[in-house]
Amino acid sequence: MEKRIVTFRNVSFRYRESLPWVLNNVSFSINADEWVAIIGHNGSGKSTIAKLMNGLLTPQEGEILVNGTPVTPETIWEIRKNIGMVFQNPDNQFVGTTVQDDVAFGLENRGFPRKEMVKRIKQTLLQVGMEAYTLHEPHRLSGGQKQRVAIAGVLAIAPQVIILDEATAMLDPRGRLEIMETMHHVKEQHNVSFIMITHDLKEVVRADRVIVMSEGKVVEIAPPRDIFAKKEKLQQSGLDIPFVAKLVDELTKLGTKLSKEPLNHDELLEELWTLYLKR
Amino acid sequence: MNNAFIVGQYVPGESMIHRLDPRSKMVIIFLFVIVVFLANSVWSYGLLTIFTVLTTLSTRIPLSYIAKGLTPVWLLIVFTFILQLVVTKEGAVLFQIISYPIYSGGVAQGAAISLRFFLLILVTSLLTLTTTPLEITDAIESLLHPLKRIKFPVHELALMMSISLRFIPTLMQETEKISKAQASRGVDFKSGPIKNRIQAIIPLLVPLFVSAFKRAEELAMAMEARGYQGGDGRTKLRELRIEGIDYLAISVFFLIVIGLFLTRV
Repeated sequence: MEKRIVTFRNVSFRYRESLPWVLNNVSFSINADEWVAIIGHNGSGKSTIAKLMNGLLTPQEGEILVNGTPVTPETIWEIRKNIGMVFQNPDNQFVGTTVQDDVAFGLENRGFPRKEMVKRIKQTLLQVGMEAYTLHEPHRLSGGQKQRVAIAGVLAIAPQVIILDEATAMLDPRGRLEIMETMHHVKEQHNVSFIMITHDLKEVVRADRVIVMSEGKVVEIAPPRDIFAKKEKLQQSGLDIPFVAKLVDELTKLGTKLSKEPLNHDELLEELWTLYLKR
Repeated sequence: MNNAFIVGQYVPGESMIHRLDPRSKMVIIFLFVIVVFLANSVWSYGLLTIFTVLTTLSTRIPLSYIAKGLTPVWLLIVFTFILQLVVTKEGAVLFQIISYPIYSGGVAQGAAISLRFFLLILVTSLLTLTTTPLEITDAIESLLHPLKRIKFPVHELALMMSISLRFIPTLMQETEKISKAQASRGVDFKSGPIKNRIQAIIPLLVPLFVSAFKRAEELAMAMEARGYQGGDGRTKLRELRIEGIDYLAISVFFLIVIGLFLTRV
């Protein structure tokens, strides 16, 4: 069996007793080196999951294990060494006055010696392709660049899990592409689990598994291809179905049989132009 | 942005003054501010002026830039001079302007005080011209470090300062965005009586404050997620180091101070 890095066991959470449950009896686990996407519409509880994972919030019921250690107020600082988090707003998580100061922030907090800091800053900025901006101030960077710096800041402490909490939501299409490419680049070089929280189905295609959330409950856990095939379920969860999936749906209704559920334009194209040959 | 006022505007450079440790610069300037008030003779003023002029020249910042930046200060200096001229009634009467006597003591006093004022402003603006705000923050943290013993939150103060510095441009951009958004809804910032213009600021400030609080909350969460637990056990990337030139600068300054005491009357 693969090593489990994050486990949620019957976790329930609400902000106040008078309020409804934000998460209701949620259980799942995430393996080491896995890329998992958590998807759901606004208010489905997906961001709460991220905050529970590194102890920014504490559940009322159930148990969360990170690397075998339960998340409790005593263990959160230990756990935060293993879990890095990138938030939604690029501006509001940039602590340093310059790029290198920001990457250094996490290292400084953990008491790294200066020499090691300089080395890691250089390495991680190279990995996210921001090495040319070491001394830039945040207001001279684009949103995508700021998020890449945030990823570098997280990578610098070498965590086992990186959570991206709607990290692309406030970016333009180019910024989104930058982040996705950066994530791939990082995944190739590090043994790290990615947990990507998003409401955009287009972003889940590269994940190993997708967790679909709705109304505080886990609706479905499956690889992206299987998820895409269950369009009705997605629609019930309040998600926008991507164009390719919609088109496939219409084609199926007209009697076209595709060999597998295509994830993007290229795959659909491949399916369509080989369709005639297969017949 | 506003080029008319240079206090607080850093000019990048590689001069000796730029390379000095910000702490030595701050200590020297602090002492200079005190020492200026001890000058009371032509020679002592001369000495301080020479020191200031040489320091200014060695920063290699164009003099025209400094002069332009000091424009608003000139008015104040001239005003001080005239005030002293009119108020002081010592020494011989030099001449009369519209039957108002001008005394020689007034001229001397006016010249001394305006010069003192000028030197003070020039030297302190040299600090901000040659030192980044961040370096100044680091220097303050390091210089105030002994106050930690009496539970003064030195680290927190420095962190607050550096975060404020980091967010100034962000909030400026936001202000511009909000003012455009409000202008497009018909708020008039640029014309009408002062009272209306002040009132027009309210729809600008309210959203700005709301978003600043929201930012603060998110930033606090991001900092916590990145393992921030206060100043204890924290290391620093930026390091201040006292080097040869710092000892040199401090020695030169002390020679000046000794010279000052010798030339005092």
